[in-house]
Amino acid sequence: MIRRRTLLGAAALAALATGAFAQDDKTKVGFIYVGPVGDGGWSYEHNQGRLAVEEHFGDKVETVYQESVPEGADAERVMTQMALSGADLIFTTSFGYMDPTMNVAAKFPDVKFEHATGYKTAENVSNYSARFYEGRAVQGLIAGRMTKSNKIGYIASFPIPEVIRGINAAYLAAKKVNPDVEFNVVWAFTWFDPAKEADAAKALIEQGADVVLQHTDSTAPQAAAAEAGNVITFGQASDMGEYAPMPRVSSIIDNWAPYYIDRVQAVMDGTWESKSTWDGIAPGMVEIGEISDAVPADVKAEALALKDAIASGETHPFTGPINKQDGSAWLVEGETADDGTLAGMDFYVEGLSGDIPN
Amino acid sequence: MDLSAISPELMVASLMVASTPLLLAALGELVVEKAGVLNLGVEGMMITGAICGFAIAVESGSPVLGFGAAALGGAALSMVFGALVLGLLSNQVATGLALTLFGLGLSSLVGQSYVGIKPPSTPRLDLGPLSDLPFFGRAFFSHDWMVYASLALTVAVWWVLNRTRTGLTLRAIGENHDAAHALGLKVLGYRLAAIAFGGAMAGLGGAYLSLVRVPQWTEGMTAGAGWIALAIVVFASWRAGRILIGAYLFGGLTVLQLNLQAAGVALPVEYLSMSPYLVTILVLVVMSRRKGRSTAAPASLGKPFHAQA
Repeated sequence: MIRRRTLLGAAALAALATGAFAQDDKTKVGFIYVGPVGDGGWSYEHNQGRLAVEEHFGDKVETVYQESVPEGADAERVMTQMALSGADLIFTTSFGYMDPTMNVAAKFPDVKFEHATGYKTAENVSNYSARFYEGRAVQGLIAGRMTKSNKIGYIASFPIPEVIRGINAAYLAAKKVNPDVEFNVVWAFTWFDPAKEADAAKALIEQGADVVLQHTDSTAPQAAAAEAGNVITFGQASDMGEYAPMPRVSSIIDNWAPYYIDRVQAVMDGTWESKSTWDGIAPGMVEIGEISDAVPADVKAEALALKDAIASGETHPFTGPINKQDGSAWLVEGETADDGTLAGMDFYVEGLSGDIPN
Repeated sequence: MDLSAISPELMVASLMVASTPLLLAALGELVVEKAGVLNLGVEGMMITGAICGFAIAVESGSPVLGFGAAALGGAALSMVFGALVLGLLSNQVATGLALTLFGLGLSSLVGQSYVGIKPPSTPRLDLGPLSDLPFFGRAFFSHDWMVYASLALTVAVWWVLNRTRTGLTLRAIGENHDAAHALGLKVLGYRLAAIAFGGAMAGLGGAYLSLVRVPQWTEGMTAGAGWIALAIVVFASWRAGRILIGAYLFGGLTVLQLNLQAAGVALPVEYLSMSPYLVTILVLVVMSRRKGRSTAAPASLGKPFHAQA
């Protein structure tokens, strides 16, 4: 594995180095993806954002991207090379790129960096993320209403706040409409490994789950659910509409295009400054994919009502009373979670079983 | 924690499914390495097989044709490696790595129009009364034909390597190609055939992923399985029987840990995930401790062969 990664890194450098001669007054924007752009999920949507930037600015912008970059030292090399080859703005689109981004940004004060889903900023580093948990709440509601076995499977990737938030939000919403519901969480420790994701989905289904939520990037769990029949799933990061109407009954779609266009414009205008962005359903960064006909009309209406309520700010997915898993009080009646706690969430809410791995 | 939620027969069944791609690819690589060639391009050949098999199965509606195309695709790609390594005496390690990169790129190019398509399903074999046995029926006797083919191939590879003249010649070439050449054995011919076999097997393993185990086409979907197959060959100390054990151990641990997690067993996932690799390292250490020379690796492994006049 190491060898291949090293070599991929080296190949990436070679590919980028050739681009270094194309210096002109175009704004050069780099993108670094954790998976292939054809994953049909997370990296796919970021690449859609890149394409939207190209379309919006036409000749005024040049974009470069590098896909399947491992989180770690290789990421640092790829970023360095992008910065050296004249990129003005670099989007690093996975949580694990956070420290590499900070390191490289310190060496290139004139290059702007944007890191997705992290929590660190610097003079020339912004971070941005979407409030996926708002979408998770809508999924949780549908899941809670649709399950017959009352067992909901959840394929988690890494134990980071974003993923834990999603589990909690989905669980709270499901529990609200179906007090008997039970969550089984499997940590896959990967963002992208179709075979493993499919195996995880199968293990959950074999143990009685009839709803599978995923926080990994490929459509493999959808395929596994389709194979098993009578199991519903939700598209993650991308619509995954090719699996509608069954097993995929709805989805969370990440729409990065407006944000990317906005930030590139800021660099062009010289108005770019470091900030943290965390947008949800209301500004359109999180979209809920079409709820398919496999969902009864009343459940669909209920889900859409929840979506609207969240968008208008009337409902917050984390509204008290909520206890932590150990039974200690977290939010009192009517209190909503503050962004700081959400951003660093490292605990399950009461009712979830199992431990969060370190 | 609810261990009763795990159904042992279903778990054994998915263990066999999860292990089959590894078994196929590792068997192929075993034959290649036994002939004295180190092909690190398993990952590239697997993913090429995955897309060739997927595309042909979708177009023709027949998974059998798909597997056939996968074997051809994998073998064709391996011939690029064969020509470079045997014909032009290029470095085997570098060429193998290049083959992986090439295969990954080629497959995503070919696969662009196959994203999100469902392949025709490969039906489970009905083995009559065997499939109706309690426990064993579901666990062992209700798989698709490819699982049984992979087991049959294990036996076949073992038999050919250890019980036939062809196998003896192949092993002789792998141990000392100069001596074999002096004896008049066709070193390059055997090696090319072994490389083609390795490519075909890796292709089958890849197609098993895209047609049965997942089943769908996704770019980069082998996600390192080819490298695990390479590790299994070492783990098995170049023996066909142990390849089977190795593949089922690697596949089994993945399935086991996912099942345990789904059942809510609190268990450090990281350790289970790394355990097969630890075992491989351990096996290597134990092997190298044994006496002075006898590591099980074929003596000419990875060395270029140039026929002296």
